[in-house]
This record gives sequence, structure tokens and C-alpha cells, in this order.
Amino acid sequence: MKWKLTGALTVLATILFIAACQSDENLEFKRYYSSGALVYQQHCQNCHGTSGEGLSALIPPLSDSSYLRKNLTTLPCYIKNGLKGQITIKGKTFDDAMPANDLSPVEIAQVLTYIGNSFGNKLNTIDEQSVQKGLAGCK
Amino acid sequence: MKNTLILGFAAILLWSACKSNSDKKALPIYGNREPVTKTVDGKQVTDTIYQTIPPFKFVNQYGDSVSNKTLNGDIYVVDFFFTTCPSICPIMHRNMLKVYETFKNTGHFKIISHTIDPKHDSVPVLKKYADKLGITGNTWWFLQGKKEDIYTIAEKNYLVAVKQDSSAAGGYIHAGYFVLIDKQKRIRGSYDGTDPKQVDQLIADIKTLQAEPDQMIVQ
Repeated sequence: MKWKLTGALTVLATILFIAACQSDENLEFKRYYSSGALVYQQHCQNCHGTSGEGLSALIPPLSDSSYLRKNLTTLPCYIKNGLKGQITIKGKTFDDAMPANDLSPVEIAQVLTYIGNSFGNKLNTIDEQSVQKGLAGCK
Repeated sequence: MKNTLILGFAAILLWSACKSNSDKKALPIYGNREPVTKTVDGKQVTDTIYQTIPPFKFVNQYGDSVSNKTLNGDIYVVDFFFTTCPSICPIMHRNMLKVYETFKNTGHFKIISHTIDPKHDSVPVLKKYADKLGITGNTWWFLQGKKEDIYTIAEKNYLVAVKQDSSAAGGYIHAGYFVLIDKQKRIRGSYDGTDPKQVDQLIADIKTLQAEPDQMIVQ
């Protein structure tokens, strides 16, 4: 019994220690990421799938890291205003339209952080400021 | 001699009837039913008439017409969708692809997806959709037809609600059911096409239906 208690306390202390040592940056990332997961479920998952796999040649997957990286500034526009025309994702072309999603800049930042760090992507935090900047340049 | 033959035949029938009952749980038969009493060989026999899918006529993605007769002898799964649907259709067809992959090489099986937006979803639009989904051959048909016909068969016969509504995403509200129809055109199951678990159940139930003995098909 005593051993169990000591063990539990040690684990708790370790968790607290690790949590306390996390940088603010890391905490911000986690906040964006976990909120982004909810935005994704509500607004993106129906079409793009639980694992960002897309649907055959109709809906593109969200696992093309280099596409995401290249289009970081325009991605907020695509989400907010929808996307038409042909795009190439992972070597395949897609030409169906994506509907507009009226999300706030912070929600766009959250969902981009989630997508950018799921499905094999590693793009770090995409914060509200960079989304605002992107939105200002939407055509 | 004749009596012995009849007796023997009856014994075989009884035996196979018992066998099929004990083998596997049979799927329920949905819809209205009514008993019909008729006279066979001077004896009163009561039979049950089940609700069946009435005659229909639509056109598939290849431009070929598809009627109730085209589906004679087939087990089939029905759903309702439209190609520009932003809500549940992608999930439904992601799940339906699993059904397609499982049964595309077995005979006497079809999937029919009716568009509820025939004005936009012309035959070429449906063909393009099918191509992009990766559908070839004649297992999965995307059907187009008169709007009233589609809506009537959806609600009255397949018991799936559809409605045009400008306030809904994409302009239509509709239920994402997959309806399972047997070889005698009776409803044997209804599954939420957006729920992978229910779609797995559908796949299991199609296998049960395929194993249903042939004498049950006589009506």
C-alpha cells in the first residue's frame, strides 16, 4: 500500500515537473492543435476523412506536406473562400470545388495547426497573426 | 408410387427448411404484409404477401436505362445522394466503397445510388463522378431520372426521407441510409451509411442474404 502511494506520488511529481517545464510556445501549440481537432471534425472531416485521406480522385488527401508548406499564405484564403480550379496533390490532379467555410481567423489558425501536424505533416504552429496576414492578401 | 414420391419430396423440403432455420439467423423482412388465403389442391393455404419495390425506370451513368426488371434476381443496396453534396455524401460513399470492394466480383449484386439533384447531376456528371470515385463495370450504378419519381420511390418505397431545402448545406436535406433489398425486392435492412460499424453490419447481412436458400426465393 505504502509502495503504491509512493509510486503514484512519484509519477504525479514527474508529470507536474514536465508540465511546468514546457515552454509557452509548446503550450500555445497544444492549445491550437486541440482546438483545431474540433474545428476539423466539424468542418473538414466529412469530406477529407478522419485520417485526412480524402476520397479517391474526388477529394484530395491532406497529407501532402510540401503542398501545404508551399501554400501556407494562401491556405487561409482557400478555407475561408473555398477553392475552385485544378490543383495537384501528391502527383494527382483534383478539379472539384471546395465550398467556402466561414471560420474566424483564429479557427483557421487552429485547424491549419491541426492539419499541419497530423496525417504525417510537421509544420509547427500556424498562428492567428500569420493567418491574418494571409487573409489580407486573398484574391 | 406417386404418394411415396410426394412424401419423399415433402420430407426433403421439411428437412431443408429445418436446416436453414437452425443454420443462421435470418434477416427480418420490413414493410407491410398481408395474409392471402388461397386454395391449393382442395386445401386452404395461407400465404403472406410482403411489400415489394414497385416498377421503376431510371438511367445509369453509362446512359443505359435501368428498371426493376434489370435488377431481377439481384440483391442490391440503395442510397440517395448528389454530386455537389458537402455534408454526408462523401462519408456515405467512402463507406459504400468498402461494400463495392467486397462484392464487386460476386454476381447478382448491385449498388444503386440515386441522385436527388437530377437537374445538375446529368448522365455525364454522374459518369465523371463514378470515374473519379474509381468505379468501373456494372456493379455500382449512379441513377438519374425524373425528380418526382426519385423522391417518391425514396420516401414511399425505400423509406428514406429526402427534401429540397435552400437553408440546408448544398440545398437538400436527406437521410444517409443504405437500404438492403433482396432478390424478391423486399426490404431486408436499413443502415446508417455514415457509420462504419453499421456498414460492416450491412456487409455481413449481404453475406447472410447471399446464403439464403433458393426455395425461399420462390414466391
